[in-house]
Amino acid sequence: MEEKRNYTLKIWRQKDANDKGGFVTYPLNDISTDMSFLEMIDVLNEKLIADGQEPVHFDHDCREGICGMCSMVINGKPHGPKDAITTCQLHMRSFDHGVTITVEPWRAKAFPVIRDLVVDRTSFDRIIQAGGYVSVNTGGVPDANEIPIPKKIADDAFDAATCIGCGACVAACKNASAMLFVSAKISQLAMLPQGKVERASRAEDMIAQMDEEGFGACTNTGACSAVCPKEISLEHIARMNREYFTAKFTAKKS
Amino acid sequence: MILDAKVPAGDLADKWKNHKFNVKLVNPANKRKYEVIVVGTGLAGASAAASLAELGYNVKAFCFQDSPRRAHSIAAQGGINAAKNYQNDGDSVFRLFYDTIKGGDYRSREANVYRLAEVSVNIIDQCVAQGVPFAREYGGLLANRSFGGAQVSRTFYARGQTGQQLLLGAYSALSRQINTGKVEMHSRKEMLDLVVVDGQARGIIVRDLVTGEISSHSAHAVILATGGYGNVFYLSTNAMGSNVTAAWRAHKKGAFFANPCYTQIHPTCIPVSGTHQSKLTLMSESLRNDGRVWVPKKEGDTRKPKDIPENERDYYLERKYPSFGNLVPRDVASRNAKYACDEGRGVGSTKLAVYLDFADAIKRDGKDTIAAKYGNLFDMYQQITGENPYETPMRIFPAVHYTMGGLWVDYNLMTSVPGLYALGEANFSDHGANRLGASALMQGLADGYFVVPYTIGDYLARMPYDKIGTDHPAFKEAEHQVKEKISQLLSINGSKTVDQFHRELGLIMWDNCGMSRNAEGLKEAKTKIKSLRDDFWQNVKVLGEAGQMNQSIEKAGRVADFLELGELMIDDALDRNESCGGHFREEYQTEEGEAKRNDEQYSYVAAWEYKGKDQAESLHKEQLEFQNVKLTQRSYK
Amino acid sequence: MSWLHTTMNSTLGKKVLMALTGLFLILFLVIHLLGNLQLLLPDQGAAFNIYAHNMASNPLIRVVSILNFAFILTHVVYSIVLTRLNKNARPVGYAVPNKKSAWASRNMGILGTIILLFIIIHLKGFWYELKFGKVPFVEIDGIMMKNGFALVQAAYSNPIYSLIYVIAMVFLGFHLSHGFQSAFQTLGLNHNKYTTFIKKTGLAFSILIPGLFAMIPIIMYLKSIT
Repeated sequence: MEEKRNYTLKIWRQKDANDKGGFVTYPLNDISTDMSFLEMIDVLNEKLIADGQEPVHFDHDCREGICGMCSMVINGKPHGPKDAITTCQLHMRSFDHGVTITVEPWRAKAFPVIRDLVVDRTSFDRIIQAGGYVSVNTGGVPDANEIPIPKKIADDAFDAATCIGCGACVAACKNASAMLFVSAKISQLAMLPQGKVERASRAEDMIAQMDEEGFGACTNTGACSAVCPKEISLEHIARMNREYFTAKFTAKKS
Repeated sequence: MILDAKVPAGDLADKWKNHKFNVKLVNPANKRKYEVIVVGTGLAGASAAASLAELGYNVKAFCFQDSPRRAHSIAAQGGINAAKNYQNDGDSVFRLFYDTIKGGDYRSREANVYRLAEVSVNIIDQCVAQGVPFAREYGGLLANRSFGGAQVSRTFYARGQTGQQLLLGAYSALSRQINTGKVEMHSRKEMLDLVVVDGQARGIIVRDLVTGEISSHSAHAVILATGGYGNVFYLSTNAMGSNVTAAWRAHKKGAFFANPCYTQIHPTCIPVSGTHQSKLTLMSESLRNDGRVWVPKKEGDTRKPKDIPENERDYYLERKYPSFGNLVPRDVASRNAKYACDEGRGVGSTKLAVYLDFADAIKRDGKDTIAAKYGNLFDMYQQITGENPYETPMRIFPAVHYTMGGLWVDYNLMTSVPGLYALGEANFSDHGANRLGASALMQGLADGYFVVPYTIGDYLARMPYDKIGTDHPAFKEAEHQVKEKISQLLSINGSKTVDQFHRELGLIMWDNCGMSRNAEGLKEAKTKIKSLRDDFWQNVKVLGEAGQMNQSIEKAGRVADFLELGELMIDDALDRNESCGGHFREEYQTEEGEAKRNDEQYSYVAAWEYKGKDQAESLHKEQLEFQNVKLTQRSYK
Repeated sequence: MSWLHTTMNSTLGKKVLMALTGLFLILFLVIHLLGNLQLLLPDQGAAFNIYAHNMASNPLIRVVSILNFAFILTHVVYSIVLTRLNKNARPVGYAVPNKKSAWASRNMGILGTIILLFIIIHLKGFWYELKFGKVPFVEIDGIMMKNGFALVQAAYSNPIYSLIYVIAMVFLGFHLSHGFQSAFQTLGLNHNKYTTFIKKTGLAFSILIPGLFAMIPIIMYLKSIT
């Protein structure tokens, strides 16, 4: 049943990339347990605007856990305390009455803060641009059923492909490493026959780009997978490592 | 003015083939001399940008999200139709065409729909080649499932995340072209105006959402793939950022807006839980295969569902439509839920919901079977509502889901402004008055991969290579107006937030121009919207500065446009004195309470022309001719 | 840059060097333990001294020993390089720390530093003394050799010294509890048929090996006081 609860919010406020930023504390009362976390922030923002203060800026779009835009570290955990969901799918019934909730942006050199809780994740796009695709032009492709793929492999590839590119893996990793994200794409395409053609150059190029963006290295703590809203497995990181070294040691010099 | 849809002559099945042969081509060496702007990077935009770049055109792509991968196409769950006939169950291009025309309640253009069905087969090939992990059978071939409005299994799917996988496919193709340098990607940039020079679309004005900078971009043609306008209702299944601004500004620069009143309401959404509600979440329609819809027979019954005995429940869909029962089409299911609630028999704390009960299915098939079929949906429902649908019936209510109307386009997908194209949900062309499930993804990709790359060449081949400089007075003037509007919004400093206005507008639209409409309500709504719009420009409170990230400014601009669009939707709904598909006028229904079309008088596309601030828009009619299908009245009794 | 340099200089390459050197050191631990367990034989250190003598005089062992030092050095240097890289990847930290992973996995650097300090003490106490210090000689089977056993015996009769050893082994255990399975993951060996086995082996290894190592000072100390 719906209840009303009170909270103390400690939210990171930062005017722009050059601002040093800091936490601001806001008391917020009469919050319905049926509200989503982002709706709670909406309520806060309406209050702030009414008081003549600028609202808290945050990224969000689909609000149903698939676009990957929402990005808040809530009490130290990306996407908040519950597993396998995004911030927008988190509801206030998961927070007890009277608690303090700390909200921070994703923290990584490769994800600079733009404003408040909004960060720049274009580094992810550049990694995909480096090779996260099968190089086929529109048209001139074979009939879809001419490429049979065992169900098991299609399912495994799908598990990797469910990545929503939110960046929670980077946010959770103590090294701000992007390995889970990068490996999900490398792994998906390495498993499928369509992707095998370019598997060597893909692994080499995407990892070179990942390093260039300034992400950290993997220490195999598994924090990435633990916070991943799509529960992407560490197996993909292992596969990426295999793909990378196989490529480096067996593919011809370019 | 007579609208010329430029439909090629000849037999329906040959039109596209002939047209492709007859259009002018741009020599490969000359393609690099042309620049095309693509706004929006959903299925239609990303596929168009990638395909055009592959052909050799220089493309500038824009999206307001932080990455092109986040466009709202990503949220589509069900699947994508294609006339592959892999299941050997009698599907064909003509059957998909026929189902789509019929599903659209005979308000779409035959030639466009036939082409859509024709290229649907290529889409699946293309996506598979890109590595989209569609569901497969144990033999390794592609799986299909059936979907509403069709008697064949032609829907391809990737679990409940088909839209995501297709979009990531198009995004990967786009990313590849960004890497080659053929596409210049601008994310977090929002189009705020179209620039028309000598009657041709020659560029756009955008606001950088990070720095607030206003900039001009010139090109030889502009493609809008900016999605639908369902958020005019405030609450919808659309993403929070989905908006009409790009299309609306283009409309104000001369692009006709067609059939704005056609709105699709999806029957199985999680109901509103309170005034804080920011958006609605759709649950797959497949739930109606096993769930039974009911409300209490008694008005204002506050008992818990399990305390209401069987004989005091009204399974109204089964009662009214014995042959289709709970599986009636979307619009019928939605409307009947509304009627039940209007009669005071709604359930839940808001009384704006009906039950979808799985108790019988669980008893019949066992909990495990139901969990295997709908486990993820049940989990999602519990996550959002805090209720366990295995134990207590789900509460559902209809929600705005898709808008069939959009910018008017001809057969080439060109709007009434030469050089301006509209693709995907942003145009009006293929779904008539109602869209079938799993057809939105199909249309977006058809337009982007397989239609516009051909048709745009025909236009560009006639264009000079020179680009117009962004110092041209038309650009300067448009930039100036965009800046003016922003500073005006910032200077009002009234007492109501943008969201308050948006919510009020949404309520007016939902109550009067939603699941069912009548002349009286529509007229009243028109007055209300007008005064709300006046109030907005006097009383809105937008804080902060223009020269930085400012989400309040973004929202304010979008809501300002919704406030204008809302009135046009009302006008369109008032003009259409018939019921068809997603447009149900209470005055026009059969004795059985079904939508009653008036083919004699309303078999046309209503294309509206903007005539200036506070002027009534003028209506242009494109007559629809049906030479290949016979118009019939739907019945689900 | 040569392709090999590029490869090994990437984040993945550096990690693989950590994994390979780590696995070698794990192997070394086993050999080292087998040798050391001879300290507990009731032969007044004869077996241990012969073993130590052979180790010091066999040229092959000398090569291995140099490699061993090189691997330790590589492991340490790369851990510093990686730690710096990782710290740079997050210039601004969180106010609330994330605890969604095993403690040891998040603190390999601290654990490693403590183990390095221990290794220095350990080398100073035994390796350096044996090689350069004044160690009494003992004659076994007609061969004069350094009496390493006596050196160890003397050292472990000191309770504080023994305690340091035992504590160091606890840290080593934690380091191994993550390092063992992590090395396999880094080398790409993660497969749903084998990973459980690797993880369980790693856990057993990280308890068993440091445990047996720790037994040596405990037993020898107890012997010294009775």
